Amino acid sequence: MINVAVEISEKKCIGCGLCVQTCPFDALTLVDGVVQVDPDKCTNCGACVEICPTEALALDEPTKEMTNKEKEQVKEMTGTAREMSEELTKYKGVWVFIEQMEGKVSPVSWELLGEGRKLAAKLNTYLAGILLGDGVEHIAQEAFNNGADKVYLVQSPVLKHFRTQPYMDTIINLTKRHMPEIILMGATTMGRDLSGAVATGLGTGLTADCTELDIEPESRYMLQSRPAFGGNIMATIVCRHRRPQMATVRPRIMDMPEYKKDQQGEIIREETNLQEEDIAVKVIDYIKEKGKAVYLDKAEIIVAGGRGIGSKQNFKMLQELADTVGGTIGASRAAVEAGWLEAEFQVGQTGTTVRPKVYFAIGISGAIQHLVGMQTSDVIVAVNNDPDAPIFKVATFGIQGDLFKVLPAMTEQFRKQLRQ
Amino acid sequence: MHIVVCAKQVPDTSEVRIDPETNTLIREGVPSIMNPYDAHAVEEAMALKDQYGGKVTVISMGPPQAEEVLRQAISFGVDEAILMSDRSFGGSDTLATSYILTAGIKKVNEQEKIDLIMCGKQAIDGDTAQVGPGIATRLGIPQLTYVMDVLEVNQEKRTIKVARKLEGEKEILEAPLPSLLTVVKDLNELRYSSLPNKIRAARFNATVWRKDDFEMDLEQMGLKGSPTTVRKIFPPPDRGEGEIIPGGKDNPEEAAAVLVEKLVKQEIIADR
Repeated sequence: MINVAVEISEKKCIGCGLCVQTCPFDALTLVDGVVQVDPDKCTNCGACVEICPTEALALDEPTKEMTNKEKEQVKEMTGTAREMSEELTKYKGVWVFIEQMEGKVSPVSWELLGEGRKLAAKLNTYLAGILLGDGVEHIAQEAFNNGADKVYLVQSPVLKHFRTQPYMDTIINLTKRHMPEIILMGATTMGRDLSGAVATGLGTGLTADCTELDIEPESRYMLQSRPAFGGNIMATIVCRHRRPQMATVRPRIMDMPEYKKDQQGEIIREETNLQEEDIAVKVIDYIKEKGKAVYLDKAEIIVAGGRGIGSKQNFKMLQELADTVGGTIGASRAAVEAGWLEAEFQVGQTGTTVRPKVYFAIGISGAIQHLVGMQTSDVIVAVNNDPDAPIFKVATFGIQGDLFKVLPAMTEQFRKQLRQ
Repeated sequence: MHIVVCAKQVPDTSEVRIDPETNTLIREGVPSIMNPYDAHAVEEAMALKDQYGGKVTVISMGPPQAEEVLRQAISFGVDEAILMSDRSFGGSDTLATSYILTAGIKKVNEQEKIDLIMCGKQAIDGDTAQVGPGIATRLGIPQLTYVMDVLEVNQEKRTIKVARKLEGEKEILEAPLPSLLTVVKDLNELRYSSLPNKIRAARFNATVWRKDDFEMDLEQMGLKGSPTTVRKIFPPPDRGEGEIIPGGKDNPEEAAAVLVEKLVKQEIIADR
């Protein structure tokens, strides 16, 4: 008998592995990032076809009648899945880590309370801030004013300065006791340091640098979207069988919530019995970096250059335009990796996320890593000689032409027209 | 001092092309390189070895081709290089990856005690920055992330002092050995390979460790051990119809003038 098996289009397969997890018969494996089927095990049941995000799998033949043993197997699998989801329903609430240094809160925490509010509403649950530190109680009121229903407050001298171990231990304890469904943190140096440790400690999933969050109502899954696979594509990630679901979001991706004065909320005080002797790492000093800081995140006008600029020398042309309009210079990853500008100037997924009033993208093709770092700018002006460049999809105004002719002409025109 | 560096093979992003039909990465013909941040970790480990003596071991998890990054590490002068490669490792997310690498690091530690573990701050293909903290957590040792400077190693007191790069600030920390460091590019310049090391690299065959070389829990690795999965993929959001100023090709000066006039008239750009 010839076995009928599911058909695979290698070109479409992105190697995400979703089908491999879904297959009730262990018939699928990933080999070098592409799925392969074992025709001896495949029953042509179609479970993988349904779940594949890229339509890389197809049934060539109608579904084959399953043997009784196979039916048993499927039943058993769905049984375990149900048990697991019952366990998961015990988790309730959306938590946001409130990041503070010396009593100063990182604005991304408020942005996340704004986003967390929307998620909590869709889940019909509460929104809480987690606040760790020493003498930080006054921040709880700010959290209420930014939309939190509750604040879990843990204060201790060992939590005064951020250190991974005591913060991680405290948050893991809180999580085990109160079982939140979701934990969000800012994708800052502190948030990324802490979230990776907490997620590993809890054995749950964590998605870094999300640009969109949503809820799938039936399953209560948090849909966590981020750029993926190095391609010009977004992926939505879910954490199906573990709780809490954890994600980090970069600053300035989400909107600030509406600030309302004198909001009421509940403070839940928790103790920690951690002593200074228990903590291996000691903070010796903080040193402010002087002078060379580039304030891309605060700039109102950014003039950014990419691979098309061609050389370090040519960035002078960009600087001239920036000086004329009162803007700050920025760069794409390609330009930074080529060594034309330093990493501080990089805009995008691995650089700074920016939200200026005007963003000039000169000689930048617009890879997804770049777009997610600037597409919430009020006005985007793109100059590129490739009419198919993805940057034009987000541009408010575009010129398709040679930047070495367009750029100096723009600078000259600004000089003329602004002086009038 | 025994330093272990975790290195990952990644596609060279400066050579990446996109399939216009599927919008996904074209895998064929894209050269693979050592993740640049990991290369700086290897360099720093070598510099510390030069200063304090000892040994540097590099470990990588990946398909058989990932041997190439270990060869590169050998050309930098590291003493040993180990590849963890097994079909059951494939499809691991960051939680499963840290489980597998931790098993490898424990085995290295059994053979020769480890004083320091180093990783790049993140890999340039996934950009998650989660595997380093994952390993430190699993080993129960301190993690010092975003290290921009290793200031001092005190072998008698068994401590390390580093500067971490925060937003607009430097943080100086002291931690006991062993600790795990993740590093940024600022901390060093990459060295050139010496001729003897190049020859060593050319003759190099990596030690390969497979799943059966360890007592490992199959439920914690590969796709089974990965709590996160892709639900769907979709093209990036469109901002709606933008306005293309005509004449960019044939009359760029004119197009520039039209654009600037729009920006100034609509007070998008104003006189300062």
